[in-house]
Amino acid sequence: MRYGSLTTLLLLAATLGGCDGVLDPKGPVALAERQILFNSTGIMLAIVIPVVIATLAVAFWFRASNERARYRPNFVYSGRIEMLVWSIPLMTILLTGTVAWIGAYDLDPPRPIASSTKPIRVQAVSLDWKWLFIYPEQGVASVNHLTIPVGTPVSFELTSSGVMNSFFVPQLAGQIYTMAGMVTRLNLRADHSGTYRGMSANFSGDGFADMYFKVDAVTPDAFAQWVAATRSTGPVLDAQSYAALVKPSKAVTPFTYRSIASGLFADILSAVSQPVAGLCVPYPQSMRAER
Amino acid sequence: MNLLGKLTLDAVPLHEPIIVGTVASVGAVILAVLAWVTVKGYVPYLWREWLTSVDHKRIGVMYLVLALLMLVRGFADGIMMRSQQAIAAGAAQGYLPPEHFDQIFSAHGVIMIFFVAMPLVIGLMNFAVPLQLGVRDVAFPTMNSISFWLTASGVLLTNLSLAVGEFAKTGWFAYPPLSELQFSPGVGVDYYLWSLQISGIGTLLSGVNFVTTILKVRAPGMSYMRMPVFCWTALASNLLIVAAFPVLTALFAMLLLDRYLGFHFFTVDAGGNAMMYVNLFWIWGHPEVYILVLPAFGVFSEVAATFSGKSLFGYRSMVLATMAICVLSYTVWLHHFFTMGASASVNAFFGITSMIIGVPTGVKVFNWLFTMYGGRVRFTVPVLWLIGFMVSFVFGGLTGVLLALPPVDWQVHNTVFLVAHFHHVIIPGVLFGCMAGYNYWFPKAFGFKLDERWGKAVFWCWFIGFHLAFMPLYVTGLMGMPRRLQHYDVLSWQPWLLVAEAGALIILTGIICQVVQIVVSIRRREQLRDTTGDPWNGRTLEWATASPPPAWNFAVLPRADKLDAFWAKKQRVLAKEDLPARPHKYEPIEVPKNSPTGFVTAFFAVITGFALIWHIWWMAGVGMLGAIVTLLAFMFRVEDEVEISAEQVSQFDRVHPVEVSL
Repeated sequence: MRYGSLTTLLLLAATLGGCDGVLDPKGPVALAERQILFNSTGIMLAIVIPVVIATLAVAFWFRASNERARYRPNFVYSGRIEMLVWSIPLMTILLTGTVAWIGAYDLDPPRPIASSTKPIRVQAVSLDWKWLFIYPEQGVASVNHLTIPVGTPVSFELTSSGVMNSFFVPQLAGQIYTMAGMVTRLNLRADHSGTYRGMSANFSGDGFADMYFKVDAVTPDAFAQWVAATRSTGPVLDAQSYAALVKPSKAVTPFTYRSIASGLFADILSAVSQPVAGLCVPYPQSMRAER
Repeated sequence: MNLLGKLTLDAVPLHEPIIVGTVASVGAVILAVLAWVTVKGYVPYLWREWLTSVDHKRIGVMYLVLALLMLVRGFADGIMMRSQQAIAAGAAQGYLPPEHFDQIFSAHGVIMIFFVAMPLVIGLMNFAVPLQLGVRDVAFPTMNSISFWLTASGVLLTNLSLAVGEFAKTGWFAYPPLSELQFSPGVGVDYYLWSLQISGIGTLLSGVNFVTTILKVRAPGMSYMRMPVFCWTALASNLLIVAAFPVLTALFAMLLLDRYLGFHFFTVDAGGNAMMYVNLFWIWGHPEVYILVLPAFGVFSEVAATFSGKSLFGYRSMVLATMAICVLSYTVWLHHFFTMGASASVNAFFGITSMIIGVPTGVKVFNWLFTMYGGRVRFTVPVLWLIGFMVSFVFGGLTGVLLALPPVDWQVHNTVFLVAHFHHVIIPGVLFGCMAGYNYWFPKAFGFKLDERWGKAVFWCWFIGFHLAFMPLYVTGLMGMPRRLQHYDVLSWQPWLLVAEAGALIILTGIICQVVQIVVSIRRREQLRDTTGDPWNGRTLEWATASPPPAWNFAVLPRADKLDAFWAKKQRVLAKEDLPARPHKYEPIEVPKNSPTGFVTAFFAVITGFALIWHIWWMAGVGMLGAIVTLLAFMFRVEDEVEISAEQVSQFDRVHPVEVSL
């Protein structure tokens, strides 16, 4: 039925289209977000479906040609009904509002994931039109390909070389904007090994459609092997090679850098504000989307 | 110095066959229409009766014509996008290259919001508000004409970008830094900015005009709590216009300073901050949603009451809900960017305020329901739009509350789930409302009803087509499909996008049916004629005068001694307690004089805008000077009203008897 189309489609998508996306989470953050999606949809459907049925039923029963329906032209006010119609949406909103309040704190993207394993740090930079992932602790970097260990929290610091983008791996966590000269933070963890689709979700120009990447969640051993293999081959990421990388290019085949110049991420951040020295603020250590 | 600024022959995209074909055929149609009008000798009539008219009814009709034309343009963009996404899967690149696709989705958004939805609601308000208030015109009739023509200037400039140059490739909200000179060096963003600056001034003037009209110009006896609900929603909407549009104008002025004079409001370097643009844009943008949907709610209220044969249930609740939405709409803007990394407290606050706005909206839905309860519901075309709206809009509201939950928003923001959501509220909300209003007030405007059968066909095509086109986007959105993709590699999205394409084709059928409806109705106008002035057994004052109403609306200003006074009077006449009142003595009426000010100012505004877009400084000076001189000439006018003699008024009333008047 068309009126229940949303529900039907939600269910359909949950079963059929479960190959990737929000409805098939692979980590605690995305899992919790899906739970909130389901809970609040359920709360609201409990109101919305009766309203739709009542609308159709009332309109049908009180059709002008139905002589059995009582015509009550003076039924234009009822204090009790007014009370009811204000309180039903109000109570629904009380419920979903509480969900919003708790969810906004619990799942706040900068909030570290509680875990006994030490998180690994990744610095992500959106460029025109590709992603650069820097592993400061491992001293390597990769383009358009993210490799992370399963079961280990990953702590992202994100920025952009220019245009605003949005870092988004639906199966692992919600998205967050990348903005030049600013750092946003995101924490996630993959609990199952596999390959997930990551992308930019915010339109950023002509090459936007190809700005997606694979996320390989591998065992910690395999991750260590990947780091070792990466360190042994590929170019070096320093100011010079970054200047070459930052030039606009589309559909870039993934590749890696065997080592990175120290402080590169901070340099990328401050590079954009250099022309006016007076306005420059050094890269702060504890902020989100602030300079 | 180059006399034509940046403008060269290269600006005409001769290498793009799709654009050349479109421009050639549209140009041919425009030329043919102009030639036909000239040959038939209609030019003086058009100039006298329409182009220079300051009559609110004529201006309202012109707004609707403009909106329906732009609906076709905006829909063409929409179906091109749907077709591109239906085929550009895997290795396929579709038929639109990125630089063209990007312009299309930007133009689609701009045109649908600013040049379809806005003119639709402003047109309906223009036509109906003064009639419902029982007065002869708006507070500032000539300014009303200027508003309309400035909107038309924005439309013209936006469409000109198709033939000369390019349109913005930034999306309809033109977020910097992408819209800054560094990343968008072309004229596209300038077309966007100047079109919207010019039409924005028009909209702001409209807002001032209607707020003044509703607050100061009402029929004798019509206190605030006796105003029809449509007037209340119009008041709320125009208060929002007056408060929100200056923000947009200031914001665009800042971006223009960045682009033209090297300022650094939103640039990447030198301390610019793009987040400020995003905030200010949505401080305008969210009230804008309610600017559009509140008048549509007003139409639904009128339709529900009229066709149920009852007063609106819970009038005071409706007024309260309307004004609550008006105020609350300023407290929610941040929900458009929960993904920007604000703190948890900020996100939670705006998430909850966004949900609170659902409360008065929910109240409205229940009140429409109880208006039908105990009524005699006539299933006319406006009622179909009403019921179609009620059953879909609640689901659009549901997904809206989902998006107001920050954790869910992070997962579906910027995906086609979001696209599905806002079409799910704007199409059933605004568009269905305006369609209901169009069918409802058409007989008042033209003296004959629209054909019912074709009207129902239009409804069913839109209703089915809309659901087919947008429900699949919820699914692909949950599957992680971002919006604005020129091509994609995930093949499992394609079947859903093919369904969406089919939906778009059904909507196309609906638009064709709408054209047929007009043609059929004009041909059958004698059978559909409304001689009573009250074809629907209405309740409000617009039905107390002839269809179409004369330039002076009412021979004698009606008295409103209660809510739905016209309905009450009809009941008394039916019960033979009262006589149909005819005025015994007519008095001469002064109506505002036609003025070419609006048309001429808009002409110069187009010149100025075009010149500024292409950096033709001398021409910009000429245009601005022309506009100023025109306005000065208007300000120093000697006469601004013409008198309609008592004789003429009485003669009109004899020829157009109205069964009941107040």
